[in-house]
Amino acid sequence: MISRIIAPAAEAAHNPLLPAPADLTWSAVVFVILLAFFWFRVLPNFKKTLDQRTEAIEGRLEAAEKAQAEAAAKTANIEAAQAAARAEASQIREEARAEAAAIGAEIKEAARLDAERYTAAAKSQIEAETQAALVALRAEVGSLAIDLASSVVGESLKNDKLAANVVDSFLSELETKKK
Amino acid sequence: MINALSLLSQAATASDSGSFEPPTINEFYPEVIAFAGTPFELNRIMLIRLLVTSLLILLFWLWSSKFKKSYKNNTLVPSRFQLMGEISLNFVRKSIAHDQLGEKDGERFLPLLTTMFFIVLGMNITGIIPGLNIAGTSVIGLPLVLAVAAYVTFIYAGVKKHGGHFFTSALFPAGVPKAFYILVTPIEFLSTFILRPVTLALRLMMNMIAGHLLLVLCFSATQFFLFNAEGFFKVFGAGTFVFGFVFTLFEMLVAFLQAYVFTLLTTVYIQLALADEH
Repeated sequence: MISRIIAPAAEAAHNPLLPAPADLTWSAVVFVILLAFFWFRVLPNFKKTLDQRTEAIEGRLEAAEKAQAEAAAKTANIEAAQAAARAEASQIREEARAEAAAIGAEIKEAARLDAERYTAAAKSQIEAETQAALVALRAEVGSLAIDLASSVVGESLKNDKLAANVVDSFLSELETKKK
Repeated sequence: MINALSLLSQAATASDSGSFEPPTINEFYPEVIAFAGTPFELNRIMLIRLLVTSLLILLFWLWSSKFKKSYKNNTLVPSRFQLMGEISLNFVRKSIAHDQLGEKDGERFLPLLTTMFFIVLGMNITGIIPGLNIAGTSVIGLPLVLAVAAYVTFIYAGVKKHGGHFFTSALFPAGVPKAFYILVTPIEFLSTFILRPVTLALRLMMNMIAGHLLLVLCFSATQFFLFNAEGFFKVFGAGTFVFGFVFTLFEMLVAFLQAYVFTLLTTVYIQLALADEH
């Protein structure tokens, strides 16, 4: 039935498989114009744009990577510096503490020595003064006692050696009593 | 539906009423408008070809100016319009050329493939554009020119790469016993050097002719049923109109598909010619 509809087509003078000259001319014109247009105008521009974009993207990725690496390196540096500073600080603190302890001990020792020296000096001075006082006192008391005794007992005790003995024994007796 | 068709064919065979004229092959040979008798005869279809060419040049000129501008200003983010151009061109570049030929050979043959794809697509699509209503590829000339371009290109590609060995390896395929060459060689010659361009051209033209005839049939039948048929038969007009509408959508698909197939087959022929073994 379809063939009956299309049937008149077969009777037509035109054979669709044979190109008319004008058909070929215009087809060739159209093809050549568009081929040249795409070849020399559209595609070069298109490629240039794409290449530029690819390059830019690659370049930016590279730059970003570089920046990241740099930042990481910087962070590492800073951390290392911090650690070093911390270590140095603790060392300084340690040293200061040790020094302070040493100085304190030194001062204490010096003070102790001073105190000892002062004590010793004071003691020896006191002893010496006591001794001197004792000697002076002894001489004075002796002579006073002898004076007194001689005035009491008279001439009999004018013998010096005997008098001195008496006085000494008396004083020793006094001392023992005092103690 | 059968009834309707028989009614149509009756109308067609009767033809004295003049109310229904089925489309004929003369659809593709409209009257000459200018330059009659010269090789530059212009008719409706040739004018449509020139119009499509101008529109393609206009559109791609705008896109290419965008590319140029974007290159000059180093703007890396394309505008919406520019992106549409890039997607269109990249369809041929990536999905056809690079996929089949690899990047290096793909770029070499890209101008031809791009031109081919957009000519065929542009000329096909006029078949469903109201006012134009006929495909620029529905007359043999343009499909033939494109097929010859494909033919010349794949032979050029083969000869450039393999020299004369291209013909011997195409006609005397390796691994076939010598005695069979009596049979194989004529077949290979026919399929490679005769049928390839012929099928390329005919597939495209016949698709467009069939599409156009179908649409004309559907819509002229609609016209006939609505205005010339009596009573109940007017309802068939709605049916044929829906058919026409569906076939219009289908033609849209065919227009793209034929452009794709034509370009892809050309690419495959080039690829086969470049291949080391074939």
